[in-house]
Amino acid sequence: MANWFKWGLKKSPWVYHLGASACNNCDIEILDTLTPKFDIERFGMTLVGSPRHADVLLVSGIVNRQCIERLKRVYEAVPKPKLVVAIGVCACTANMFRDSYNFTMPVDRIIPVDVYVPGCPPKPEAIIAGIVKALEKVK
Amino acid sequence: MDTLKLILEFVAFPGFLFSATVGLLSTWVDRKVTAKVQYRQGPPWFQPFADILKLLGKEIFVPEGAPQFVFLAIPLVGLAAVILVSTMLWTFNADPGAGFIGDLLVVLYLLTVPSLALIIGGSASRNPMGALGASREMKLILGYELPFLIAVFVVVARTGSIIFGNIINYQSVHGPILMSASGLLAFIVVLLAVQAKLGYAPFDIAEAEQEIMAGPLVEYSGAPLALFRLTKAILFFVLPVFMITLFLGGIDISWAGIAWFLVKYAVILTLVIVIKNTNPRLRIDQAVRVFWGPVLGLAAAAFILALIGW
Repeated sequence: MANWFKWGLKKSPWVYHLGASACNNCDIEILDTLTPKFDIERFGMTLVGSPRHADVLLVSGIVNRQCIERLKRVYEAVPKPKLVVAIGVCACTANMFRDSYNFTMPVDRIIPVDVYVPGCPPKPEAIIAGIVKALEKVK
Repeated sequence: MDTLKLILEFVAFPGFLFSATVGLLSTWVDRKVTAKVQYRQGPPWFQPFADILKLLGKEIFVPEGAPQFVFLAIPLVGLAAVILVSTMLWTFNADPGAGFIGDLLVVLYLLTVPSLALIIGGSASRNPMGALGASREMKLILGYELPFLIAVFVVVARTGSIIFGNIINYQSVHGPILMSASGLLAFIVVLLAVQAKLGYAPFDIAEAEQEIMAGPLVEYSGAPLALFRLTKAILFFVLPVFMITLFLGGIDISWAGIAWFLVKYAVILTLVIVIKNTNPRLRIDQAVRVFWGPVLGLAAAAFILALIGW
């Protein structure tokens, strides 16, 4: 990767939020991250509406049978280079839903995950730290 | 030699490099002021440049079955049109004698090209959101273009010319057009139309992020998206320059003149940003009703006042 592009990617990571059958708690926490109190635009992050514009994919929730195809398709819709952050303990390991009838598999067995942010739900600070750690992996 | 000079003017100053730099800095001002209105810090000054650099390096997608050439070429058409407007406006301001008959009309046509590019790009993207955004943009153009043209022709009626050079000379003799009743009304109409041309609230209906994601831009990624963003940034610089040339006495190319231009530019930017930040988004039918109702009435009143010489 060229240096100018690496710099641009680190200074302007646009995030796309994908709720893969989460209980909505992590999703609310992601929305909290976007509020003026945390002001992620300082780091150039913005929430974008289309996966085609995204650099970082935030995935929350256990992935059920309905979601698994959609998750794969959204991941393919994000232009390269892309980073994936698993938000919440459900997306990392499925936690207490691991024996649930509609749970398929954790996110990292479906698409490559760069950073895990555990918590039920994780704090906005943790989500920001997670995205920053994902950006550090850009080589 | 002349051709070389023209190409240089188009690519460097006052064309692409100059207008893109100032335009991107203006979008930073917009984002920073918006952040301050919302009690937060906002992005650093290089943010728009980082966005563009990043987008230029990303993968480019063309949707399956979409017309590849149209989809990828249309952002360039929009960008070329706004660069040409910037070049023309600065050239005419520097040398009022450099124009040709009807250059005002040419600029008016060129200013609709970015919207047309958005419509064609959105329609070519084979996405329901893109088609919806394109249709909204089309209705918006139908709405604002009529009052916008009437308001611009208030200036023509007062100066009796469709050449930028004559309009600038008239204003340097008789004072800015804004300082008359008809000029003031026409300026308000043009300001609202500019808001719609830029796609800012309350007229950001075509790109409404919360309802139709990004409208016509939904399938664009990488470099074409960067070109669309550049087009918008340059438009954010060019449209205020257009308003200054028509209503606020043009730009005098000297140190004092440039400083005075920056003051005028800051005032117009402030107006646009304040309107953007204090208004909710209208529905498309409401926007068309606003433009065909009160705004058209205002433009017609301004035109009648201009004809009786106020």
